[in-house]
Amino acid sequence: MMAIFAIIQHKSGKADDTVAELCLAAKKIDAAAAVTAIVVGKAADCDAVAAEAAKYYANVWKIAADALAYPNAELIRPMLVKLIPAGSIVLAPFTPFGMDLCPGLSVKMNAAYCADVVGVDGLEGAALTVNRQEYAGQVYAKMKIDVSGGAVLTCRPGVFASDDVPVVNGAVADKTADAGAVPAAKRRFLEVVEAEVGDVDITKSDVLVSVGRGIESQENLEIAFDLAKIMGADVSCSRPIVDAKWLEKSRQVGTSGQTVKPKVYMAMGISGAFQHLGGIKGNPFIVAVNKNPKAPIFQVAEVGIVGDILELIPALTEKISEMKG
Amino acid sequence: MEILVCVKRVPDTAENEIAVNKDGSDIVRDDLVYSVNEWDNYAVEEAIQIRDKVGGSVTVVAVGDDDAEEIVRREMAMGADTGIIMKDSAFEGSDGLGIAKILAKCVSMGKYDLVLTGAMADDGAGQVGGMLAALLDWPYASVVNKVEAGSGKLTVGREIEGGNQEMNEIELPCVLSIQTGINEPRYVGIRGIRKVASVEIPCHGKDACGLDAASIGDAGAKVKRAAYFVPVLGEGAEMIEGSTDEQVDKLIELLKAKGGIK
Repeated sequence: MMAIFAIIQHKSGKADDTVAELCLAAKKIDAAAAVTAIVVGKAADCDAVAAEAAKYYANVWKIAADALAYPNAELIRPMLVKLIPAGSIVLAPFTPFGMDLCPGLSVKMNAAYCADVVGVDGLEGAALTVNRQEYAGQVYAKMKIDVSGGAVLTCRPGVFASDDVPVVNGAVADKTADAGAVPAAKRRFLEVVEAEVGDVDITKSDVLVSVGRGIESQENLEIAFDLAKIMGADVSCSRPIVDAKWLEKSRQVGTSGQTVKPKVYMAMGISGAFQHLGGIKGNPFIVAVNKNPKAPIFQVAEVGIVGDILELIPALTEKISEMKG
Repeated sequence: MEILVCVKRVPDTAENEIAVNKDGSDIVRDDLVYSVNEWDNYAVEEAIQIRDKVGGSVTVVAVGDDDAEEIVRREMAMGADTGIIMKDSAFEGSDGLGIAKILAKCVSMGKYDLVLTGAMADDGAGQVGGMLAALLDWPYASVVNKVEAGSGKLTVGREIEGGNQEMNEIELPCVLSIQTGINEPRYVGIRGIRKVASVEIPCHGKDACGLDAASIGDAGAKVKRAAYFVPVLGEGAEMIEGSTDEQVDKLIELLKAKGGIK
């Protein structure tokens, strides 16, 4: 039986959705595992999040200190290393928080590391087999991990989601003293700068014409705006369009951009990396147009067209325009 | 400021369709177009901009075989001052930690104030920067989308959820993993490529940097790829076939039914 720990991401006293997902992932690794959630933060946040985590985890450890009010990985890492027994498996979400904390944590625990796990095949002796995606989601890889000296894994948010998480009402233990004093860190948190609000709030749009790399140039954006106008929609985009500064950040859909809940989502020339799909909620009707028939977007879209958006968008605009007279 | 940027040669996913070979042991590598990992280009550009502002030098390092030279030269043509290749058959089969150990040795052979990596690469793991920092015992910040150089420290912005940015102060020396969009990587022209074509690029193997063969390569890897596969697609999308005209007609019909056209 493995000892498995889940590091709980939280904000403003509320646990992230991954709190239940990590528990399910742990059970997939070893159904008989003793799974312990670890909540680190300032006292009030810790108590609220630990209580939430105790719904799913038999054991919850909290580490509470005012200096831990913000999840600075440089502060948290040495405390976790001190507290977690060698040879354990540690789970965390594959988010900016997990990406900051976990690679270094695995080094300091002298444990194996595997990022962005999307599936678990199972544990055989000391060999754990998990699945992950490579090459922008085009292929999957089965990773064989030697967990004899422990392992740190980050799990992709959403993939271990289930409505059916057993409620266990576990116990919360205060491990603050055992984790030792909050260390002096060479990286200090200053502030969070909130995203600027743009001229269009795409989170409130019912219909989105969303463009990606397939639009090819800034000048071509005009055809997307023409289509959106005739459809009564707004224009959103994927990350490369914002990186190229062709559209403002407030129009970006994705985990690092906006979360949208439209009724209809037109993914035009967007491959459908999971970071992009992570920003689409509420189960919209997704139409995907892409030149690559293997683009991951076709796995989640309702309707797909293999084609060039630079031809299809103007043709669509013209037809709708004729229809409307 | 002495800056080291770690770069990787990867199959260009924008240019290639990646397929799995017959026995699932690898991807099909014939005819793949390779390039510099996209995130690494942003890291090199950021290093050049910092150097141009505060002085110092930019060194680019790649772990790889003879093919790595091409991307190291490309980044030198972009404006990096020197290049290094970490090359040894003992390095083959390294997992993320193995690569980080090789890079840590490269760092210890120089006198660097700042090490940059891309936030991610073709395997999407985003692991090497964080591991490297831990091996060096240097502070680390991931997914960095802003860097301001001060004396003895940097102010860095990290990309977090919802388009927000987490600002930190970080002491030097440190390791940062750089996110795309932090800058606009400059164009590399043929003139730049020619200028660095004959510059010598030193190569270091495991003996030169004192690495134990058992801790790197296949022997030292705790994480290995057992197989590649492409999942059988479930329901997937209903694909609309036909001429553009026919596709558009069908699409309009569906959009009207779903409330997509007001």
